[in-house]
Amino acid sequence: MEELDGEPTVTLIPGVNSKKNQMYFDWGPGEMLVCETSFNKKEKSEMVPSCPFIYIIRKDVDVYSQILRKLFNESHGIFLGLQRIDEELTGKSRKSQLVRVSKNYRSVIRACMEEMHQVAIAAKDPANGRQFSSQVSILSAMELIWNLCEILFIEVAPAGPLLLHLLDWVRLHVCEVDSLSADVLGSENPSKHDSFWNLVTILVLQGRLDEARQMLSKEADASPASAGICRIMGDLMRTMPILSPGNTQTLTELELKWQHWHEECERYLQDSTFATSPHLESLLKIMLGDEAALLEQKELLSNWYHFLVTRLLYSNPTVKPIDLHYYAQSSLDLFLGGESSPEPLDNILLAAFEFDIHQVIKECSIALSNWWFVAHLTDLLDHCKLLQSHNLYFGSNMREFLLLEYASGLFAHPSLWQLGVDYFDYCPELGRVSLELHIERIPLNTEQKALKVLRICEQRQMTEQAILLLTSHTGDVGLWTPRVRSICKILAMKAVRNNRLGSALSWSIRAKDAAFATLVSDRFLRDYCERGCFSDLDLIDNLGPAMMLSDRLTFLGKYREFHRMYGEKRFADAASLLLSLMTSRIAPRSFWMTLLTDALPLLEQKQVIFSAEQTYELMRCLEDLTSRRPVHGESDTEQLQDDDIETTKVEMLRLSLARNLARAIIREGSLEGS
Amino acid sequence: MEEIYAKFVSQKISKTRWRPLPPGSLQTAETFATGSWDNEENYISLWSIGDFGNLDSDGGFEGDHQLLCDIRHHGDVMDLQTLSVNQQWTTAHYHTGPGSPSYSSAPCTGVVCNNPEIVTVGEDGRINLFRADHKEAVRTIDNADSSTLHAVTFLRTPEILTVNSIGQLKIWDFRQQGNEPSQILSLTGDRVPLHCVDRHPNQQHVVATGGQDGMLSIWDVRQGTMPVSLLKAHEAEMWEVHFHPSNPEHLFTCSEDGSLWHWDASTDVPEKSSLFHQGGRSSTFLSHSISNQANVHQSVISSWLSTDPAKDRIEITSLLPSRSLSVNTLDVLGPCLVCGTDAEAIYVTRHLFS
Repeated sequence: MEELDGEPTVTLIPGVNSKKNQMYFDWGPGEMLVCETSFNKKEKSEMVPSCPFIYIIRKDVDVYSQILRKLFNESHGIFLGLQRIDEELTGKSRKSQLVRVSKNYRSVIRACMEEMHQVAIAAKDPANGRQFSSQVSILSAMELIWNLCEILFIEVAPAGPLLLHLLDWVRLHVCEVDSLSADVLGSENPSKHDSFWNLVTILVLQGRLDEARQMLSKEADASPASAGICRIMGDLMRTMPILSPGNTQTLTELELKWQHWHEECERYLQDSTFATSPHLESLLKIMLGDEAALLEQKELLSNWYHFLVTRLLYSNPTVKPIDLHYYAQSSLDLFLGGESSPEPLDNILLAAFEFDIHQVIKECSIALSNWWFVAHLTDLLDHCKLLQSHNLYFGSNMREFLLLEYASGLFAHPSLWQLGVDYFDYCPELGRVSLELHIERIPLNTEQKALKVLRICEQRQMTEQAILLLTSHTGDVGLWTPRVRSICKILAMKAVRNNRLGSALSWSIRAKDAAFATLVSDRFLRDYCERGCFSDLDLIDNLGPAMMLSDRLTFLGKYREFHRMYGEKRFADAASLLLSLMTSRIAPRSFWMTLLTDALPLLEQKQVIFSAEQTYELMRCLEDLTSRRPVHGESDTEQLQDDDIETTKVEMLRLSLARNLARAIIREGSLEGS
Repeated sequence: MEEIYAKFVSQKISKTRWRPLPPGSLQTAETFATGSWDNEENYISLWSIGDFGNLDSDGGFEGDHQLLCDIRHHGDVMDLQTLSVNQQWTTAHYHTGPGSPSYSSAPCTGVVCNNPEIVTVGEDGRINLFRADHKEAVRTIDNADSSTLHAVTFLRTPEILTVNSIGQLKIWDFRQQGNEPSQILSLTGDRVPLHCVDRHPNQQHVVATGGQDGMLSIWDVRQGTMPVSLLKAHEAEMWEVHFHPSNPEHLFTCSEDGSLWHWDASTDVPEKSSLFHQGGRSSTFLSHSISNQANVHQSVISSWLSTDPAKDRIEITSLLPSRSLSVNTLDVLGPCLVCGTDAEAIYVTRHLFS
């Protein structure tokens, strides 16, 4: 058995009565666990023992957050854009595109975080506020991790620029300094402000030496006694060699210059130039990369990764990516000093510094309460071609596994399912099967929604056929047609239930469902027999080629055509159509009597309409019908009465047919004779 | 079209409408309403793009639209129109169960108003005529259509025009008694469902419809029973089509395929269209069927009806930057356009013709 990576979280279910063996669990559709409980959400006071309630536990709770919905929707667009990045692109242009995508993702996280923050502040209920605040800190951690991954895995910054990126990373996430700076500068006498030296120290810790120099010049103006040493410190800050993006100097040159500068700082320390000002001396020690001096500023550093970056800035500014993990581990150990153990976030960052992508994703999956983060990050890293070698022992690869989890969560939500579709689309192995399983669980309350689901199915069907010519490993080309059909059938059934036969017929035509079209056509014919007139003529008159879908539908259409011809007094056309309906066996036998009865008025017209030959055909049909009439074993009175009417009808028909035949023979004979 | 603002609103938008401006007003539109669908709780919301007196740092208006208020709506919002009324009609659309008097409600798919008259159509194939001051329906046409009615618009009072799911346009005249339409127009052959309809604001016989296959059809209801022109447009269902109310040479369509298009048929000023060139492409004319327009006075012929393929070039511009989920709805008023999508975003631009 697989070892657990962490303690699973415990969810308490209220109202479970273990004494009554009242513990039943079941996996419901849409990623939820349902269990029986006597806890009533609506009326808290009443506990009705005989009537248990269903309690629902959802797997992916974050999906239900109103604010995170924006994150899901906005990132969906970015995700699609990423999938469409041309695979042909290589080298620089590809990398810059991927970095841009990564930055887009991060900006969405930040926007979401800011809104969550606003809501947290505005929340009236403190419990609610706390909940939002914890969401804010989760989002902030997500952005922090993502940013680091972007620097290390996507940007793949080499020695030199690497540190600049890390500095930006720290500055972005340790941002209290800006409000502090505004506070200090806003005061009447900045250099006398309580936090003045704190501010200067933070600026130095973050490598913002220009700003620190400006601060020092304020101190120099305020106290002429220390103006000299402030100027020396300012000069040191100004001359610190740094790599600037536009500069063409080589790394070796930089290292050489930096070494000189470092020795100069060293000299000032040995000369005890700053002995009169403990603040400046501690700044100098920081700039020399003195670990003890740095650790004294633990409060201001606030976390170990800030410590790590500052330490690198002043002791090894051209650190190679490969050495990072050594510095990271030792920084973490030094910073925590054995007092506390690392948090999940620390482990994730450490894993990133070790370039262990899989560990990062694994830890994130455990620590975060949603799949959004890992799914999107893994997908992006996969596009950077960083995950190819890794295959899971279940399902397909990790990217696909995580995307499937995320998309399933979306499908569990009553309205986010449309987003999930696109994620399944980009899972080559199991996406299609998952989509099929999920899409048939979507309730179709309105036709509009049904049309949208249908469109999804139909679109997939078309692309499937195209793809299958190239790669035929899945072989599930047929699966979609039934799904399209079943949606149409559901709608057709609904329409039949609601007495909307026209609607039902057009749905079954769309589904190309011959059996159901026959069923609906029968309903139409039955209604006609009962009422003597057709309904839904706008549809039946305009069937066109769709009429060929089923024999019964053809018959319905043609039979209606007969009535139209009859109404337009095109008797000859009507007569031959009526006859052909029977002779071609399109008309169901049960309907023949009605058709023959329809022939009666035609037979009784003044002019002869049915020719002798046609009359013979009609007679044959009538005899065919009467001879095959089932013989009833026992006959009650009602049956007898029915039979009576039937016999009269047949007699009348025979009489009419005979008379028409006589007239036809005479007419035809006289025409031939003349 | 650089200034198009998006805002994600955590609900799928099914309809959006600008609040109409008083006639002769020089103001631009400021307030619009949206309706959501397919949520556990659906809302009708009012939004404002007004500046509330505070300008942003560039001196321009704040681009974002702000929520003014919202109200819960039971069920999906299918259509919206603006009118000042204070009345609610329940069970206007229902199905009759087979053989039993039990009613189950049917979705009402479209509504149109022309103060004080309100017309609704539904999946039950029923047309209802309400008056703002009457509690009951003034007129009901049962079984007006064998299939679902998707949209409705006023032609000339008291005539309305409906489109249905078997590709037909029906014109109904409320002066006539009985349940028969006064005219039926249809696409040939395939019975492609029509989802939306809009009437030319000045020429009441010119009507545009959008279908399931994404085709835009232009009809002249005075003549023929077939469309004057069929224009290949979107790749999936066209959900809404609108003539620009004051500048009807411009037409706007949106579709399930996630696109929002601006059609410019103002052929007399060819340079003008170059302003909308971005992403534009010229349309493909599939068919021009009826051309017996000799009797129509030249000056009245709308550019939408002209049948000379060489003469009318229609410039099409795609207004949304990237495609994703369906654009369900749009509305135009003056230089302002608003649209709502299944990706839960509302896009607003206030500089359509800049």
